[in-house]
Amino acid sequence: MSELYQVSALTKFYGAKAALNDVTFGVEPGRLVGLLGPNGSGKTTLLKISAGLLQATSGQVLIDGQEPGSYTKAVTAFLPDRMALPTEYRVQDAVAFYRDFFSDFDTAKAHAMLADLKLEPSQRIGAMSKGTQEKLQLCLTMGRQARLYLLDEPLGGVDPAAREYILRTILCNYNEDAAVVISTHLIEDVETALDEVLLLKDGALLAHKNADELREESGKSLNEYFREVFRC
Amino acid sequence: MEWNITGGRPVYLQLIEQLQLAIVTGVLPAGARVPPVRELAGEAGVNPNTMQKALQELESRGLMQTQRTAGRTVTGDTARLEALRRQQAEVYAGEFLQKMQALGLTPQQVQDLLHRMSEQKGERNV
Repeated sequence: MSELYQVSALTKFYGAKAALNDVTFGVEPGRLVGLLGPNGSGKTTLLKISAGLLQATSGQVLIDGQEPGSYTKAVTAFLPDRMALPTEYRVQDAVAFYRDFFSDFDTAKAHAMLADLKLEPSQRIGAMSKGTQEKLQLCLTMGRQARLYLLDEPLGGVDPAAREYILRTILCNYNEDAAVVISTHLIEDVETALDEVLLLKDGALLAHKNADELREESGKSLNEYFREVFRC
Repeated sequence: MEWNITGGRPVYLQLIEQLQLAIVTGVLPAGARVPPVRELAGEAGVNPNTMQKALQELESRGLMQTQRTAGRTVTGDTARLEALRRQQAEVYAGEFLQKMQALGLTPQQVQDLLHRMSEQKGERNV
């Protein structure tokens, strides 16, 4: 099967420091991939370059055969790790903004998710807790019918009950020709949902493996494996 | 369906075990329609690809089949289901015997214990 998301020899320097160092991997359609690594391992940099928000120093990202640009932005739904919408917006403004901006946005679906997570249309972003803001951004991102979802720490500030809902929402909402990449250090919460894992360490790709194969080989859960590999 | 999936072992193996248990206990009875992959995956909190892999394995074991019109169903082959039930019973019995051995009971004591317990249970049910 052809790869929907291809990263080749991707390198990014911030000054003299390499945030990403010669990272190469590919993701096929239909996959749910965990991008795992400790703080500062390059997860956000990788996702931002892929979303077209940062320029790589060298190497290449291809999404559906194209380099990041207006086409890939139209088919990629990116969830940033911090609030990217104006804080004076209300929920309804954010929904209208996504509807105007992305032709693949399904307003009814987004509203249904918002209602499930008990977000009111008139709530103002600036008055929300961090977790509620994250829920809003996730509903907006998953409300798109994208080919590739890049989710940067979608669960970090969210309470455990909502985490489960969000995970199920992700599992049930992407279609067979879309792929999802989730960066997180809350491995336990995504453990059973992942197909594949990408392990990043100091900007380098340590491993790209099928989740069940990794469990079989190591005899450990992904969470235990991660703790062992990244022991401080 | 009730699911209990943990991270410690390959997820598809756990799915196979729990689906087989659902079949032998009648949660998914003989000939019943199996819910869509996505629905099962959502329920279990696992990846649809992994669920698909488990269902395909059950098909290759002859416990499920996919028909163009009916979708995926549990096999109606009662002999096959009976064999699976026996197999499951042997697994439980093996686990039980291991525990009894660990407690230091002789095979005769285990048999006596089982007789007494099943008689008591029989009386209670009358």
